[in-house]
Amino acid sequence: MSARIGVITFPGTLDDVDAARAVRYAGAEAVGLWHRDTDLQSVDAVVVPGGFSYGDYLRAGAIAAQSPVMGPVVEAARRGMPVLGICNGFQILCEAGLLPGALVRNTGLRFICREIRLRVENADTAWTAGFEPGAAITVPLKSGEGRFVADEATLDRLEGEGRVVFRYAEPAPNGALRDIAGICSTDGRVVGLMPHPEHAIDPLTGPGVDGLGLFTSVLGRLTAAA
Amino acid sequence: MIVDVLPKAEILDPQGQAVARAMGRLGVSGVADVRQGKHFVLEVDDSVDDAELERIAESLLANPVMEEWVVRRENTQP
Repeated sequence: MSARIGVITFPGTLDDVDAARAVRYAGAEAVGLWHRDTDLQSVDAVVVPGGFSYGDYLRAGAIAAQSPVMGPVVEAARRGMPVLGICNGFQILCEAGLLPGALVRNTGLRFICREIRLRVENADTAWTAGFEPGAAITVPLKSGEGRFVADEATLDRLEGEGRVVFRYAEPAPNGALRDIAGICSTDGRVVGLMPHPEHAIDPLTGPGVDGLGLFTSVLGRLTAAA
Repeated sequence: MIVDVLPKAEILDPQGQAVARAMGRLGVSGVADVRQGKHFVLEVDDSVDDAELERIAESLLANPVMEEWVVRRENTQP
């Protein structure tokens, strides 16, 4: 039986269809979860996709972080279930307290939509185990509030514990501190990043297949654990 | 109840900077800095105590990572 990976849809989510497609490309079963759900249907992992959940009201991700489905997601993540937050999903995981720091308005005030190269700084998380450490991947970045910020002590702790998972391979176009594109939880099972790996899984529709590695990585971990 | 939320001074506020620059173009001088935030007006029962209001501000209205806030009781009824 293949692994089952939940993909959450909030009002205003845009990338749930692509995220579910990436899950299927990797060889897992995609299970749709709705923001009002309180039962995760026994999924083995969860993807919180990008978009503009609840219209970015209050702060990006703030309302979604309080939605019914996130209660069980936070609980399961604390027990070690792998969770991946992409773009708005990353913002939601920060707002929900699963990841430290916050995402604020890009320094240039412009919405950035282009392909970008990332370095995989930690190839030992649930979502990056299939990459070589230091590997360069090209995936789309599309966000207006993608600038990662945290206080100096938190940044030092993230660096020291190897929890910077992805770094922009060029000076961060959004002004992210220390060029951080993605981070993980202390156990390496919750990962959040601003760029979109789910849009880079097929050369027909994206810059390549580099993004698929996140989804095959978690699948490898789940099947190894089964 | 009034809750005012502002980006922390040490966090770059490009929106505030853009507003400050626009003031210059308006011919206004003497405005050194602008920070753009949010102003919440809440109508609350007397039963809601200060601790509860602080909890609302800290856990929902503001994000302590990037924002600071002030809660004050004020008669907001016209």
